[in-house]
Amino acid sequence: MSDAKGLTRQQMCNRLAMEFEDGWVVNLGIGIPTLCSNCDFGDRSIIFHSENGVVGYGPLTAPGEEDLHLVNAGGQHVTLNPGAAIVHHADAFGMIRSGRIDVTVLGAYEVAANGDFANWKMAGQKGGGIGGAMDLAACARHVFIAMEQVTRSGRPRLVERCAIPVTAKGVVDLVVTNYGLFAITPEGMVLREIAPGISVDEVRATTGCNLIVPREVPIVKGAE
Amino acid sequence: MPKSKVFASFDAAVADIPDNATIGFGGFAVVGMPINLYGALARQGAKGLTCVSNGTRGGATLPSDAPDMGWLIRNNQVKKVICAFTAPTRASQKLIFSEYYEKGLIDAELVPQGTLAERMRAAGAGIPAFYTPAAVGTELAEGRETRVFNGREYLLEEALPLDYAFIRAYQADEFGNLRFRRAQRNFNPLMAMAAKVTIVEIEEDILPLGAIDPDDVHLSGIFVHRLVKVPPPPAGWWPMRPAEVAAREAQRGAAR
Repeated sequence: MSDAKGLTRQQMCNRLAMEFEDGWVVNLGIGIPTLCSNCDFGDRSIIFHSENGVVGYGPLTAPGEEDLHLVNAGGQHVTLNPGAAIVHHADAFGMIRSGRIDVTVLGAYEVAANGDFANWKMAGQKGGGIGGAMDLAACARHVFIAMEQVTRSGRPRLVERCAIPVTAKGVVDLVVTNYGLFAITPEGMVLREIAPGISVDEVRATTGCNLIVPREVPIVKGAE
Repeated sequence: MPKSKVFASFDAAVADIPDNATIGFGGFAVVGMPINLYGALARQGAKGLTCVSNGTRGGATLPSDAPDMGWLIRNNQVKKVICAFTAPTRASQKLIFSEYYEKGLIDAELVPQGTLAERMRAAGAGIPAFYTPAAVGTELAEGRETRVFNGREYLLEEALPLDYAFIRAYQADEFGNLRFRRAQRNFNPLMAMAAKVTIVEIEEDILPLGAIDPDDVHLSGIFVHRLVKVPPPPAGWWPMRPAEVAAREAQRGAAR
């Protein structure tokens, strides 16, 4: 991890998972977002959808108990919850494009104050890894991002405008980083909650866009 | 009674693949990947191939000595790939594809995964093109035709017909009616629909006609032409548990 300060990756995902509503269909991207499937949803029923057609998967399998025909979109061996179903890739993406996915949680290299984000091609890279991100970003009802506050070299990932090719424009609602929870609003990027042990000045110093900071910024829910 | 489509070997099933064919390779993160057919095509040697697949590597649970698209690339059999991933998903990952791509020895077309699936479904459904919201406003859409429907912008995408589909399934009868197991279905039925000739590696013994209930068929044998039974390991590659792959890699590392 480039910066061990603030929230752990699991705490970041726990915070986003609090936003999932009962009955939501949720698609998790590769990397940090997969930790959202470990969260405690209490009495909320959450349906996890995977691009490879697994609808209603459950926690990761224990080593030695893997079903070798069953993986999520990250290639991790998972379990099936009662009521799960299997479809092929075109139906899985039909669910995505037709608006059946309530939220997708994706990783990103950059998120801009206007809701654009970039997660498929690094600067100077030939080729890229799109996977299902462009379909999901364009069509899910909500797009949440989970990422570190800064890059390995310490540059802000929250920026005024994306400098690398975007995945989709103006789609991001909510971003969690190890430093806090940020909302994309018509007025710009708002610091909604802050990680314990992190100051507003530290957040501002590591954010590359204008940041709207309300008078009172509570500690990230669940990490108090 | 329909004629049997069963072939005795992977080599026999791919013997007539010509140079410059467009071939779809099914599978997603190893599951449903036609590992044995990759090996047979590498031995067969057809060149100038256009290879369509989710990515150029099977994923973390494919042993590094198992056949995959990398074998075909290293053999200089591949002219172009059409994939949803043309870069590694992790910076630490090294792809044979990337070596060739960065040197300009191979072409690549990068396609959003849902668009890739739908382009093949369209080809198999007799639909020449369609509009999708995916990739609108991105580098991929630059200079291409878009159209507004109900106030929203969509990108025109063309069907992707294949000469051959190489896929893997769980069960088949002799007509090629297929059943997949769990996440094995993924791109496989779509590639079969898009292809003129579909070659399937089958995990279980190939069943007589009537053994699969018609209601339980996932893909009609109409879309399937050749079937080969996967022999048990070590002759036939089989999915492995992550711990088994790790042990195999450690053994190979120690042997080097």
